[in-house]
Amino acid sequence: METSFALTGKGYVLIAADTTAARSIVKMKVDEDKIKALGPHLLMAYSGEPGDTVQFAEYVERNIRLYQIRNTYSLRPSAAASWVRRSLAESIRSRHPYSVNLLLGGYDVASHDPHLYWIDYLGTIAEVPFAAHGYGSYFALSLLDRYHKPDASLEEGVETLKRCIAEVAKRLVVSPGTYKVKVVDKDGVREIEI
Amino acid sequence: MEAISHAGTVLGVLAKDGVVLAAEKKVTGKLLDLSSSKEGGYGGSGEKIFLLNSNVIGGVAGLTADANSLVNYCRSAAQKHLLTYNEDIPVELLAQRLCDLKQGYTQYGGLRPFGVSILYAGYDAHYNFQLYHSDPSGNYSGWKATCIGANSGTAQSLLKQEYKDDITVKDAVGLVLRTMSKTMDSTTLGSEKLEFAVLTLDPETGAPRAKIYRPHEIDALLLSEGLTKKDEDKDAEMKST
Repeated sequence: METSFALTGKGYVLIAADTTAARSIVKMKVDEDKIKALGPHLLMAYSGEPGDTVQFAEYVERNIRLYQIRNTYSLRPSAAASWVRRSLAESIRSRHPYSVNLLLGGYDVASHDPHLYWIDYLGTIAEVPFAAHGYGSYFALSLLDRYHKPDASLEEGVETLKRCIAEVAKRLVVSPGTYKVKVVDKDGVREIEI
Repeated sequence: MEAISHAGTVLGVLAKDGVVLAAEKKVTGKLLDLSSSKEGGYGGSGEKIFLLNSNVIGGVAGLTADANSLVNYCRSAAQKHLLTYNEDIPVELLAQRLCDLKQGYTQYGGLRPFGVSILYAGYDAHYNFQLYHSDPSGNYSGWKATCIGANSGTAQSLLKQEYKDDITVKDAVGLVLRTMSKTMDSTTLGSEKLEFAVLTLDPETGAPRAKIYRPHEIDALLLSEGLTKKDEDKDAEMKST
């Protein structure tokens, strides 16, 4: 089952998503990247209906990039989140809605702070200090409630993330083997090894 | 462009902590009903200076009917952006939207262009305070201080001499009023012929605040800047009687 978590810290947002691509009982791939970089300071992890996910994620990525090219400056995380949310809210009442859940994390270069948004396929949005999607969220959220610190350093944030991953591995019946972890801060987007 | 060079002057000056706009009204007279500008709404007589969004004010020069239509379009565009992105439209983007519309009328449909020049004074988080000017062709550019309408050339050279890069809003207000008094047709400045607006940041919330002055506020401002000649007239009257 697809699992993703994210948390904010001092000047950064950390996002992790599992890398398993499976259909029914078969694991097709174990190194799938489910986190897209939408802009120089914007990351989005997606999960949900296969096909819809990549379709919608690419649609978002291209539109955000178009805005950036047209208008010299890129969308702030809050504006990008609002745009994505509206797209999903319009989709839910269309003939064939996108069934995609997202975690949108970005660093606002104008106000110098990190932002994380939990968005679901209905067009619900919540700005949160930490979040998770999928069955793994049942385990991760309680751990994050207990161990998350809003002003933690990147090292501390990674430690907290490792706890979540370990717990899911221990308790979820079909737990993902590996995760891809990416961080966004004032220097931009990069992948980190854990 | 001809119509604009005969229209009432609009002056804009960018300061480091705000933007100032002033305009000369052409439609005046004793019989003009100004009750809406004195009490209701958000200030301004609806002739020259308009609130386009909470973070942008616009001053127009040219054909009034065309201007009203463009202001309406501007306001819709600003709200459309707010709807999609949940943020105030960046000032340059608003200018671009309007310019795209104006340009369309120079190329498609066999319609005539909008005979209006507009000054946009606004604030956004990306580039702080900004001042833009757009003309009927759909060209726009950013300015530190500029002028459109009648006597704009004179005013522009006056501004060039006196403008300093780190000017404050307080000094900009003085500069704008002094320049207006030199370029306006009438001998004295008064709230009857002048529209005035300032855009600053609210000191507590940090949000942009547009203030379009009401007639009595303009009079008070002119008094404090020492630009009214009303006291002298009164003295002269008293002396003669």
